[in-house]
Amino acid sequence: MPLADVGDLSWSWNIGADLQGLFAYHFMVNAFRAGTIVAIAAAVIGWFMVIRGESFVGHTLALVGFPGAAGATLLGVSATFGFFVFSIAAALIIALLPRGNSVRGFSEESAVVGTVQAAALASGFLFISLYHGFLNGVNALLFGSFLGVTDSQVLTLFVLGAAAVIILALTGRPLLFASIDGDVAAANGVPVRWLSSLFLVLLGVAAAEASQITGTLLVFALLVVPAATAQILTPHPLKSLALAVGLGLGITWAGLTAAYYSPYPVGFFITSFAFAAYLLVRIGQGHPWRRAFQHEAKQAPA
Amino acid sequence: MIAAPLNAAPGLLHMFSHPFIRYGFLAGTGVALACGLVGYFAVLRSQVFTGDALSHAAFTGALAALAFGFDARLGLFGVTVAVALGMGLLGARGRADDVVIGNVFAWLLGLGVFFLAIYTTRRSSGNGAAGPAVLFGSIFGLNAGSARLALILGLATAVVLLALARPLLFASVDEAVAAAQGVPVRIVGLVYLALIGLAAAEGAQVVGALLVLGLLAAPAAAAQRLVERPYAGLALSAGLALAAMWGGLTLSYAAPKLPPSFAIIALASAIYAAAALLPRLRRVVGQGGASPP
Repeated sequence: MPLADVGDLSWSWNIGADLQGLFAYHFMVNAFRAGTIVAIAAAVIGWFMVIRGESFVGHTLALVGFPGAAGATLLGVSATFGFFVFSIAAALIIALLPRGNSVRGFSEESAVVGTVQAAALASGFLFISLYHGFLNGVNALLFGSFLGVTDSQVLTLFVLGAAAVIILALTGRPLLFASIDGDVAAANGVPVRWLSSLFLVLLGVAAAEASQITGTLLVFALLVVPAATAQILTPHPLKSLALAVGLGLGITWAGLTAAYYSPYPVGFFITSFAFAAYLLVRIGQGHPWRRAFQHEAKQAPA
Repeated sequence: MIAAPLNAAPGLLHMFSHPFIRYGFLAGTGVALACGLVGYFAVLRSQVFTGDALSHAAFTGALAALAFGFDARLGLFGVTVAVALGMGLLGARGRADDVVIGNVFAWLLGLGVFFLAIYTTRRSSGNGAAGPAVLFGSIFGLNAGSARLALILGLATAVVLLALARPLLFASVDEAVAAAQGVPVRIVGLVYLALIGLAAAEGAQVVGALLVLGLLAAPAAAAQRLVERPYAGLALSAGLALAAMWGGLTLSYAAPKLPPSFAIIALASAIYAAAALLPRLRRVVGQGGASPP
């Protein structure tokens, strides 16, 4: 359907009419439904992820979703399916890998992560080039798209997102305990290892969900930024959790609206709004950049 | 004249009669040397994610240059090296935490998509593939001039790195002692960051901005697994990168369905996996065979 049918697709500052125009199409309603579900699930799970310092694990899980989605498209299955299967499978593999034998230390670990990321992206590229005429799909998978979200996709996102959030709500207290002080939690009988594996799977779900809106490369915007920003603003756990959800929703809705009324991609707007929110809060904290660097320099081994 | 009996691989023998293969090998050799050598120190100094960040900057730089009508390489090299130096100056001795890095570079990629959208909407001359080309490379699309330039820049990066290798190694292994011995640690670190930027920009032309990380990390990590001595490891890292590059290009020529950047990264990853599994395999074989002493 040509978009020109609505007649007026430009932002007019007549907010009522603009909002009406926004929801004139079913695809846009679905985009907002999906965006809302994703923003909530990603903010809640991302909040725990930031506390646990697992941001790059989340990023990696999202990147692994890319060959999944590309492979699913090649096989004629929904890309949503591929995202979830690959991200959750990767989370399980990471959870099962033996850890603690860091004889080689961090430098080799980051080299392994880098190699795995590059290999995952290369496989995704292979699937895409095997599936001819999919070049525009590359950008959608990597950088997000809000077009063509179907009713069944919204349902899938809702069921998996809701399940993840409910599981997290049930395990939230011990998980928080284990995240803040693993040794004490273990001494108190909290199954730390089991909880962290469970959390990785939830993180896989969240990364796959966020990938559908922001694309695999930009999940940081919905997974990390709302939580990191909220945790700067307030130290209180429940308040900052609620704040993270609010920020995630605000960023997503504003990004979708801006993308609808402009020719530029949704991934750009969502990352820009997220980055702006984070920057504003950090600037409000004094000289945060310098402090962050000094903090790191102090922590770095001499 | 090529001898007839080698029927099994007649195509491979004629591989170099295609100009695009020759250009690919020329550029690929320079890129592999630069990435293998620079990557060795990136792994040694735990700066692999710096390489990741800089390859993102390469993507945005290339597309910004295209959007404003410049040669993509101008933005590629200019932005990447500028960001590398900026990181070095801002970061001083410490490093920013991963949330800050992740935020900045997610936004940088978002900006890259924005420039891509400007480029594809403003210049509607069938450039829908510009994004994928920058992200995943287009080594077989190089012409003679850009292949030669890539080779020269790659060799120059390698030469500067080798000239810097001694103080850099010293500074990487023990920064405090190196500084006490009069090594200009700060400047050496800064020059090295610029070299990572150059290598990332070089690699982005061949395997693409998203995959250059594999070429920086995999051969270097494999070399550090296999060899203890630093200079031997440095040489091995460059050798493994070259092997992955030449092997990947040959593989992609033999099986045209495989894109060259996939074949190169797949080989590099396989080399690392083999290097990581080798000691375990040896142990298993050793236990199965001769009795342990």
